[in-house]
Amino acid sequence: MLRIDDLMVSYGRVRAVSKLALRVNEGEFVGLVGHNGAGKTSTLMTIVGTQRPASGSIEYEGDELTTLSPDQILRKGISLVPEGRRIFSRLTVGENVRIGGKVRSDRDGVDEEVERMRERFPVLAEKWDRSGGELSGGEQQQLAIARALVSGPKLLLLDEPTLGLAPLMVDRVFEILRELHEEGRTILLVEQNAKRTIESADRTYVMRTGGQIQFHGTAKELSEIGNFDTAYIGMAQERVE
Amino acid sequence: MIGAITFQVGVDAISFGALFAVMALGLALLFGVMRLMNFAYGELIMVGGYTMYFTQDLGVIPMVIITIGVVVLTSVLMELIAFRPVRHAAPLTLLITSFAISFGLQQVAFMTVSKGQGKGVSPYPWLTDQHEVIGVRLSNLDIITVIIAIGLLVGMTMLLRRTTIGMQLRASTEDYQMAQLVGVRGNRVISFAFAITGFLAAAVCLLFVLRTGALSATMGITPLLIAFVGGAIGGLGSLTGAALGGFTLGFLINAIQASLPVDLSSYTLVFAFLFVIAILVVAPNGLIDLIHRGRSKLRAVRSRPTEAQEEPA
Repeated sequence: MLRIDDLMVSYGRVRAVSKLALRVNEGEFVGLVGHNGAGKTSTLMTIVGTQRPASGSIEYEGDELTTLSPDQILRKGISLVPEGRRIFSRLTVGENVRIGGKVRSDRDGVDEEVERMRERFPVLAEKWDRSGGELSGGEQQQLAIARALVSGPKLLLLDEPTLGLAPLMVDRVFEILRELHEEGRTILLVEQNAKRTIESADRTYVMRTGGQIQFHGTAKELSEIGNFDTAYIGMAQERVE
Repeated sequence: MIGAITFQVGVDAISFGALFAVMALGLALLFGVMRLMNFAYGELIMVGGYTMYFTQDLGVIPMVIITIGVVVLTSVLMELIAFRPVRHAAPLTLLITSFAISFGLQQVAFMTVSKGQGKGVSPYPWLTDQHEVIGVRLSNLDIITVIIAIGLLVGMTMLLRRTTIGMQLRASTEDYQMAQLVGVRGNRVISFAFAITGFLAAAVCLLFVLRTGALSATMGITPLLIAFVGGAIGGLGSLTGAALGGFTLGFLINAIQASLPVDLSSYTLVFAFLFVIAILVVAPNGLIDLIHRGRSKLRAVRSRPTEAQEEPA
């Protein structure tokens, strides 16, 4: 479904992503973990078209994405839950959810999807007419996910959705992701919380600073790699605790 | 008697405040969507003024319609020709572009329409007819100003709150990039914002010129300054804030002018700007920020016993 080859992303002289190769198959839950500044967010921003790559290709369902605008990419069915939630704090919760359907032409479909979001996220339904800025961090994260889902994405990208959340909310976010995966959604999750990501995802890519993939595999395969636990999972565990 | 005078001052202040609120709203709309402080806003008013001059013989209604059309078109063309090519440039580039348009249009006006004898729009006697309502003297123009200003504020609020394009505008005002990432079409929203700004500038122009009658190439500077200062004290990042700031400034200037002794009345703006400085000291991010923080604190106090276990956003 998504095929990234030889991707290079630079900010001036600083290379954020280098020779990145990554695959996401339909219905798969793929994780991308790495230290802060490894190039994970740059990768997602390049997929959604807000960052132009220096070279390389991003192919989605056979079409090249690197020449398309963010709007065209969104219309192809790729939706992003950005880092820091970036919900519209002055719009109501309902408006935040509804604006996610802006990309769709079927009004009835949007209405149905909005209704489904109210059922899926009861905490949002309760605060439907409140402004987004009044929600707690965990609620805002659920709102950001609901907003992305209303667009009816075929591929859902999430950038550090558990960042800054309390452990209970981290559990809730991973529970939502598990549910979405079980429904057959294709997910690419970028996270610093390596342990939880590796446990939840079908496959995980481990990125090192400079944006190159260091390890890649299923939870079982990654656990068999020497020093991996100490270098990534252990550290991530400490951070969470 | 004193009560009637106070009431008169209050009514005048509300009339001015409402008009200033509309001015600030036009400027804040573009600032919110593009982070653009459009110093050419005043020239939209000037363009409207001269359109009124050239169309005044056609009658009031054709003059109003043509003026609105010309100013809206000028505003949209301003975006298409001058701002769109530099939209992704640094904010300073946008600012300099707006200065360039402002000075450019002023110079064009100096060389063409404002050349020679001073021009003006003839007053309409029926507009200055006065009525006495419970001891307060009101001209038709005062009544029309308040009705139009309130109508525009209500209309803008409805447009922003109740329509899809309004929702997209509010989202773009807050986070333009994120709005694009959820499918809001940037070009469409920005063109729409410029059209609305043009409409507001046309309304301000009509009400101003019908009051003063005088035209000049630099006539837009004063409304621009009012819109800028009003927006700053209210909070330019928020449309409600800007309208509130514009209203506060208009109210202040009018109320101070009426309260000062005659020999001090020329210092009205000095006192008004002292108030503005005081407001900015108390609320450096604008009155709307102060209100939001007050509300949040109140809500926090109310919800303390049932506070959720998780951290706030």
